[in-house]
Amino acid sequence: MKRTVPLLITFIVGAVLILAEFVPHEPFGNFGEDFSLYFDIIAVFAFLLGGGNLIRVHVTKVQRKKKDWPFSIVTLVGFLGMLAAGLLKIGNPDGIQGDVAKLGSLFNDLYMFIFTPLQASMFALLAFFVGSASYRAFRAKNLDATILLVAAFVILLGRTPFGLWLTSGLEGSLSFLQIPNLANWIMGVPNLAGQRAIMIGIALGVISMSLRLILGVERTYLGQDNE
Amino acid sequence: MNGNGEQKSLVERLQFIDRRIIFLFIAVAVVLPLLFGATLKEETTPIVQELFDFIEHLPPDSRVLLSFDYGPTTAPEIQPMADAIVRHCAERDTRLYMMAIWATGHNLTGSTIEETLKPEFPGYVYGEDYINLGYKAGNQGLIRLLFDDFKRMYSTDANGTAIDEFPMMQQIKNLKNFDLIVSFGGGFPGIKEWVLYAGDPGNIPVGGGCTAVSAPLLYPYYPNQLVGILGGAKGAAEYENALITKYPAYGKKWMGGMSLMMSQAVSHVVIMLFILFGNALYFILRAQRKLETGGGE
Amino acid sequence: MAARNIAGYVVLALIVIAFAISVVLKGLLLTVGAFLTLFIFSFLYKDNPYYKFAEHLFVGVSAAYWMCMGFWGTMVPNLFGKLYPPMVGGVLPALKDNPAEFHMVIPLILGIMLLMRLSSKAGWISKWALAFIVGTTAGLNLVRYLRSDFIQQINNTALSLYVTGATGFDLGATVSNIVIFIGVMCGLIYFFFSKEHKGAFGVGARTGIIVLMVTFGASFGYTVMARISLLVGRMQFLFGDWLGMIR
Repeated sequence: MKRTVPLLITFIVGAVLILAEFVPHEPFGNFGEDFSLYFDIIAVFAFLLGGGNLIRVHVTKVQRKKKDWPFSIVTLVGFLGMLAAGLLKIGNPDGIQGDVAKLGSLFNDLYMFIFTPLQASMFALLAFFVGSASYRAFRAKNLDATILLVAAFVILLGRTPFGLWLTSGLEGSLSFLQIPNLANWIMGVPNLAGQRAIMIGIALGVISMSLRLILGVERTYLGQDNE
Repeated sequence: MNGNGEQKSLVERLQFIDRRIIFLFIAVAVVLPLLFGATLKEETTPIVQELFDFIEHLPPDSRVLLSFDYGPTTAPEIQPMADAIVRHCAERDTRLYMMAIWATGHNLTGSTIEETLKPEFPGYVYGEDYINLGYKAGNQGLIRLLFDDFKRMYSTDANGTAIDEFPMMQQIKNLKNFDLIVSFGGGFPGIKEWVLYAGDPGNIPVGGGCTAVSAPLLYPYYPNQLVGILGGAKGAAEYENALITKYPAYGKKWMGGMSLMMSQAVSHVVIMLFILFGNALYFILRAQRKLETGGGE
Repeated sequence: MAARNIAGYVVLALIVIAFAISVVLKGLLLTVGAFLTLFIFSFLYKDNPYYKFAEHLFVGVSAAYWMCMGFWGTMVPNLFGKLYPPMVGGVLPALKDNPAEFHMVIPLILGIMLLMRLSSKAGWISKWALAFIVGTTAGLNLVRYLRSDFIQQINNTALSLYVTGATGFDLGATVSNIVIFIGVMCGLIYFFFSKEHKGAFGVGARTGIIVLMVTFGASFGYTVMARISLLVGRMQFLFGDWLGMIR
């Protein structure tokens, strides 16, 4: 029961959606639409699950005074503050009926001046780590690595005016050797070829995995029996 | 001291330099061009020009769906593209349908409308010329549903007004009623999902503005499945260049993509010098160690 | 230890003073945004309590943001608004007269099942909802990936290997098409591990690796570009919006 019903659900839903592609008429077309709608709704419950789990983890940390437990209070205060601002639409110019992210609302202000700086800065750190990795880790140890670095160099130079300045003397029939032109060619030809090969390989993997999931051969998403 | 207990040589000290010094170089390379206010125009490449030309040839009242599928992490790259394409579509007098399949995209839709569309095109009327449909969850499931029945999911706009009250929504039944779909974003869900679940099955033209990380991955779709791709800040700068060439009045405006390019260029050179310098130190050290071990095996 | 404590208090005092000055000159919200940015960047020096504060705040605010957007954007209009429209009349009056769609109780039940994951006793029932999600994803992906990422990509690779243009034979386009065709074939050969990479097959695989190295080099170059852009954006905020030194 605990494993049979989920396997049956996966099979029925997957099979109906595939059939809906080939038989768009009733009832499969309608089922296809309905299942997509249900999927969209359940996705929101996944957000609620994430929030609930966050509360559970951090409340437990505070109760048991685990390492860095004061910071868990920061997490909970931030969570509850943002939640109140959003669910109650505090300060929303259009009141409870307005767009939750309306300009001037507390929710939008928290998004602009707390969420955005934090998230953007987290990712901006990566620029520094890319620089550090370039200096310490990227070594042309063999032919393959050298090809990779040469391609990267052409792209990096080609995407700046320095690439054009360096090779502006190459004109006429040699103009294809100008670095920006080389960079465009690398992107549009060998990069395209490699990415396409990877894409086809991934597609075959997705197709086979989807079939395995629908037919119940792949069951790892159900976890262990004692869960 | 190195592993043998000897003083580290200059080469060894340089190779294992404190990474905070490297961070400082990167910071200076980024900040100095900004402080000097340098901007750079970029020549438009064919992959960007194709999308520009497609929009340029759209007749007035064409229906363009703009999907804001990005967040604050990628806004520096993608917001300039969104602004440029919104401006271009408004110049062409098209109908703009704005939505988001990323929650963070919804706020950015609002700021694009407030900071770009409304001030620069005061004649554009909400509900007749443009509409903010808001965010819906569901990722590719959402696109699949919109492909069949748009209003099943979007029964109101972002402000809660019934969707059928808007003149520009009267003729919209599903995604096939749009003349162009442009997705801004590079993550999941994003341009790839719009191609897979809307563009290909419905033969709907799809264009994309994406992060530089995602751009190489989307090249296989061009040109049969994607009209054009704006890749990263450079793509944004190229589109802005095309916009200024066609509509010279934009030459006086501050353009987000172009403002990034000088810092980009200097940083690229610094990173390349790091790679060269790091490799030079590596090979010198390797040669030294070979000499010390008497040539080695 | 004592010296470290004193240094910590001095840093804290300097931050408070700088914060106060900035609030007076630039306003509270902009100052909060700038300081949170600097707290994150302080990680570049070393891990410290200010970075941890910012990191933990981000986790909480981010989770709540997605919950609120999902609730108001999808749950209210598309679940409650369809299941029993009068329920949402106070917040979405446009929907209150719509007919009820009672089949929407299905995603409500499945959603509640998913939330049961939080319970150790009833957590097993969440697998039914998970099965629905997995089935939907598998069903949607199978056909679309087959069409767009497999069949259509093969179609896109079937290029003319002898290209002529307005002026006759086009060498550039011909070479490019040949490189694309050979590159895709050899890339696929490389990923075929059921046959040993020897002889002609091995040559194909080796060519595939070279093409893939160029691909990864291009990806690396674009990744550097992307990361730098994000940093430039943050610096524009700090030095432009906050300190007023640019633009």
